[in-house]
Amino acid sequence: MTPLLEVRNLKKYFKTRAGLLHAVDGVYFSLDKGKTLGVVGESGCGKTTLGRTLLHLTEPTDGQIFFEGRDITNPAKKDLRRLREDMQIIFQDPYSSLNPRMSVSEAIMEPLILRGGMSKSEMLDRTRQLMDTVGIAARFENSYPHELDGGRRQRIGIARALALEPKFIVCDEPVSALDVSIQAQTINLMLDLQEERGLTYMFVTHDLSVVKYISDEIMVMYLGQVVEKAPADELFCNPRHPYSKALLSAIPVLSIHNKKERILLRGEITSPVNPKPGCRFMARCDYARKECNRPQKLEECSPGHFVLCCRYQEITDK
Amino acid sequence: MAKEILLAIRNLVVKYHTDDAVIHAVNNVNLAVKKGETIGLVGETGAGKTTIARSILRILPPHTAKIVSGEILFSGRDITKLSEKEMCKIRGNKIAMIFQDPMTALNPIETVGFQIAEAIQLHNRISRSEAERRACNMLEMVGIPMERYSEYPHQFSGGMKQRVVIAMALSCNPELILADEPTTALDVTIQAQVLAMMQSLKKRLGTSVVLITHDLGVVANTCNSVAVVYAGEIVEYGTVEHIFDFASHPYTLGLFGSLPKLDSRERRLKPIKGLMPDPTALPQGCRFYDRCPEAVRKCSQTAPGEVEIAPGHLVKCIKAKGGAA
Repeated sequence: MTPLLEVRNLKKYFKTRAGLLHAVDGVYFSLDKGKTLGVVGESGCGKTTLGRTLLHLTEPTDGQIFFEGRDITNPAKKDLRRLREDMQIIFQDPYSSLNPRMSVSEAIMEPLILRGGMSKSEMLDRTRQLMDTVGIAARFENSYPHELDGGRRQRIGIARALALEPKFIVCDEPVSALDVSIQAQTINLMLDLQEERGLTYMFVTHDLSVVKYISDEIMVMYLGQVVEKAPADELFCNPRHPYSKALLSAIPVLSIHNKKERILLRGEITSPVNPKPGCRFMARCDYARKECNRPQKLEECSPGHFVLCCRYQEITDK
Repeated sequence: MAKEILLAIRNLVVKYHTDDAVIHAVNNVNLAVKKGETIGLVGETGAGKTTIARSILRILPPHTAKIVSGEILFSGRDITKLSEKEMCKIRGNKIAMIFQDPMTALNPIETVGFQIAEAIQLHNRISRSEAERRACNMLEMVGIPMERYSEYPHQFSGGMKQRVVIAMALSCNPELILADEPTTALDVTIQAQVLAMMQSLKKRLGTSVVLITHDLGVVANTCNSVAVVYAGEIVEYGTVEHIFDFASHPYTLGLFGSLPKLDSRERRLKPIKGLMPDPTALPQGCRFYDRCPEAVRKCSQTAPGEVEIAPGHLVKCIKAKGGAA
């Protein structure tokens, strides 16, 4: 089976005054239909840029993107619009991603108008249907975003993304701005939609407990590179990269009894501008040695579990 | 636990007056903070957590907000009755606040060192150079090399800025720190660093902390006691052990239920249905009635009183009975 989405050696560099900023640097992955890929990492690790690059919201610097087996790395303008019907995005902040001057129904209808080919009444029916799907009561049809709470706004964002029946949705921190009880409602909605429609998600987040819950596979990113990739349970039970270990140990545990041993990282994420060829985590890593100065290769340490660290075996043995 | 009580809030009521409505932000809140204790105020956006903290410092928006009734006793003195001049001596000196967003809490056009020294000099009759020396010490204490004294906020990362804010809050050796979501804007690894630092500083200086957060994981790691705030009321209060092991209020239970657990394999989260009631039109009876899975008719008619189900464990729910839940 061809994967729904395949990415090979994807790179996105930004020119800055200080030099080349390596936002996404040589990412490989493939994603099957109906699955969810979680992407985790701290602010500035390139996870949002990765999602945006896939949708051509920014153009990739290098590498290839395949969607249903077709190369979509450099689509023509007219193909791009067709492509976007299949690939959508839900943005992080439901407060700034909606036009404040559009009512709920106008906002949801906008993608339908842009695609064309539907009569006004058909579009209105479809809009009502979508509102029902995401659980916004019909009485909000003519409300404006400022009249709604964050959870409802995010539901509008989801309805917009669903309007054209896409196959693939990039979810860029869709629940980070929401309160926990609303967050749970939204996550359940997204899981239901996935089951009903066979949707494929790329779920970008910094919230590790959410990502474990929703993902089949997880990629951990650090300074533009994927440092570890594994099935969700495997990653949480058996993290191999020193960064993943620290990241997972930093999650506050919801219990007062099993106080786990914290790995406190020194310092902060270093600059993604003109990085050195070696391991990018080296400056903060307790296991760093001379050989870490060499470029690192992603190695398969167990089936389906990849790690970008030349010392992963020694570290685990300890 | 016969520790001295540093701060006692009694029957606090705060309202915001807008053009067309009155917002009932804080409704009859009682709270006591002991010396050296960290108490967590947990709840969702709009529950009134920040309003409680701002009432303590009396930095509510001057024209709209009003402390309608109640007392806030700090070391035995009622803060609500102090003059503005007396309040200035307490604010930043005896009680300090750490704000949620370090990006906006600092003045972008002054160096971080100057901003800390300014706070120190305001409350202590010392020379400029002495204030600078103390500011340098504060920076070192929160793990920032003092060579960075003359740098501006934009030269620091988010985590570093929050450390500067914390250094500023601690600079006058306050007895009480109000930390309003101090790590919400930070990444988890940086959050772990900042929380560990706050813990060790607290232990060393014996400061009391009111930690406002929506993250129960953070509470488990840092607090001695917890107050769960819902629609301007404290619906459950107890030691961290009470709240985590014997939570009794349906809202508290709902909060725990809606969080994804790292070790569970359930396919669906259990959210609390619906939304928090509109604070301009709070319901008659229990404020959680509409969303409560346990609700009975009586709940919609009379507001539940506080029940002490175990010593020091208070729950505002008619279903709560004595003994462990």
